[in-house]
Amino acid sequence: MLYLTRKAEFAASHYYHNPDFTPEENRRIFGKCNNPNGHGHNYMLEVTVKGEVDPRSGFVVDLKQLKEVMHREVLDAMDHRFLNKEVPEFLHSIPTTENIAIAVWRRLQGKLQKAQLHKVRVYETPDLFVDFYGEE
Amino acid sequence: MKAHLSRRYLFSASHRLDNAAMSAQENRDTYGKCNNPYGHGHNYTLEVTVSGQVDGKTGMVCNLAEFDTFMEREVLTRYDKENLNTLKEFTEQVPTTENLCVQIYEIVHRGFTHAHLERVRLEETMMNSFEYTGENTPK
Repeated sequence: MLYLTRKAEFAASHYYHNPDFTPEENRRIFGKCNNPNGHGHNYMLEVTVKGEVDPRSGFVVDLKQLKEVMHREVLDAMDHRFLNKEVPEFLHSIPTTENIAIAVWRRLQGKLQKAQLHKVRVYETPDLFVDFYGEE
Repeated sequence: MKAHLSRRYLFSASHRLDNAAMSAQENRDTYGKCNNPYGHGHNYTLEVTVSGQVDGKTGMVCNLAEFDTFMEREVLTRYDKENLNTLKEFTEQVPTTENLCVQIYEIVHRGFTHAHLERVRLEETMMNSFEYTGENTPK
């Protein structure tokens, strides 16, 4: 079994708000991230897939295909977007780094040929990142 | 839905690696330059990983502001700009980065109860790092 990781970057804005909370609760729980005008990050995405090395190609996965899928399924939807308003998953859930990692996993799952999705890592900043290994 | 959240922090501290149970020669042979009598310092990078279910109401594994406050109060204030050899946990134990990594793990494990502690990773320099996942979780 081999693991292969591909990175991609996207820039997006978001804010944290739960309509079931009072304005005061939203401010207390989410702090500055509750500003309704949003703020942005350069997100770094790392997708790790696993599989056996194909004896003919020597590849675990066709990197071109992985790159295309990441662009089509994730970057085209999220890059230079306001996540709360423009990405369907976040019309009704909060675009925290945790939920972004889950959304990326769901968008990629089943779209890869041969290799199996192992981990999605999303860096919100170099000092904060979330790993998601699938639904448990 | 379980996710792992990792956060990185910086602190600077000095130390000297010297074991009173060893002879001066043995200390020099074991620790090399790290045994120089006046000590030396590092910019440590600390990476702490916790896990838990993503809360449906907040979208979070744990409240990051609470986690940062805990880390600042219990870990960074304790070690930043200190000489590690002067701290009580290192009076009997050599302040290697291995031992410091375990100490930090124990502090977080005991004190932060809002998420499960998975791992403490400590970079002493850009070239070396140490990880501890607890006694009972061999990986």
